[in-house]
Amino acid sequence: MKPAPFDYVRCANVAEAIAALAGEEGAKVIAGGQSLVPLMAMRLARPTLLVDVNDVGLDGITVEGDVVRVGACTRHRRLERDPVIARAAPLLREAAGLIGYPAIRTRGTIGGSLAHADPVAELPTVLLAAGGSVVVRSAAGTRVIEAADLFTGFLGTTLEHEEIIEDVLLPVAGPRHGSSFCEWSPREGDFATAGVALAIERDDDGRCRALGAAACGIASVPLDCSTLMASALGETSASGAVLRQIARVMRAELGGDTDRADLVGLLAARAVHRAFARSDVPGEAAA
Amino acid sequence: MSQTVNVKLNVNGEAAELEVEPRETLLDVVRERLGLTGAHAGCEQGSCGACTVLVDGELTRSCLIFSVQCEDKAITTIEHFGSPDVLHPMMEAFRRHHGLQCGFCTPAMVLTAIAFLEESPHPTEGEVRSALAGNLCRCTGYAGIVDAVLDGAGVAE
Repeated sequence: MKPAPFDYVRCANVAEAIAALAGEEGAKVIAGGQSLVPLMAMRLARPTLLVDVNDVGLDGITVEGDVVRVGACTRHRRLERDPVIARAAPLLREAAGLIGYPAIRTRGTIGGSLAHADPVAELPTVLLAAGGSVVVRSAAGTRVIEAADLFTGFLGTTLEHEEIIEDVLLPVAGPRHGSSFCEWSPREGDFATAGVALAIERDDDGRCRALGAAACGIASVPLDCSTLMASALGETSASGAVLRQIARVMRAELGGDTDRADLVGLLAARAVHRAFARSDVPGEAAA
Repeated sequence: MSQTVNVKLNVNGEAAELEVEPRETLLDVVRERLGLTGAHAGCEQGSCGACTVLVDGELTRSCLIFSVQCEDKAITTIEHFGSPDVLHPMMEAFRRHHGLQCGFCTPAMVLTAIAFLEESPHPTEGEVRSALAGNLCRCTGYAGIVDAVLDGAGVAE
């Protein structure tokens, strides 16, 4: 056994977990543990108390109007396969399938991934591209943190020590929604070098009327690229001219003549191509 | 800190009650306390896949879950599927196709293949390679392993 010694408490509800966190400065929440336990094995993390939230009941998936609510302990494997997610949040479904390996995805959770805030991770990038948010609870009640306000730096978030993510909120895909998560990794299932998440909505005439995009692997936080890719707005197809323009702008604005900026530019162009292809036929967004 | 705690496990259908430290992983417990040494300790950080077991029927890295988290869960290790005297058909396929050399990755490879084929009984070669991407082998170059899994699925020639 490699981790430093710690105490362990399995909580039956969120209130218990919040109380456990409040009582111990060195306490840490464990959900899937697929990022935390490796850090503990290397003793880069040495929590004195693990607060297990696997049994607190945060694993539902519901659509409420134009918002899909995903419980924080929902595992990646379920996001890959759930029919509601496939229809309402196809970007999340695609990204979940790119995380690690099957044996990682059976344990890892969406809330854990967001709280861990790895700058090359898929789900923080999806949250930012989709314009989502998280509902967090503390003893004082709940508050909503928008994706743009959640990530502060390498493995850093605006979550307080005694706050727990309860739910993840994402906008429901529209009738002509198209999305794509494009990443490049030297080995299947390994951490991506970089990736681009993109979601678009098209109007009845096929014009791109809204666009949200973010990139991972290019900064210490997932980076909002919606403005850099705005030239796709108003377009009815992913023409060569549009793709070249986006690749060129991304490359120039994200570090110029570096391999990584080149890569992100190419991934962005690929994401635009796929998102348009997936929204060419109304109602086929999940294809 | 780190008093031992009591944990009740169900491993390969048998109940086990143990006093463990919270920091003992499921891998530590099945190997060191229960003597089930088919799950191997490779990287112990989730990268190599050699420690893979089933927890409630799902592929799980036993190095990335603590045994105290496995209370009342059904643990299945490679020992459940066969023994040197009675090989599981997938073990036999690995033997026939030279899907192993040193054997370190083999128990987890076989277990991963069995679980994968239950969900995808007729995979393509590409799907087999994806399913095994999280299990590293440093000997074979994977060709024999992929052949063995396809044969085990009954889709090879």
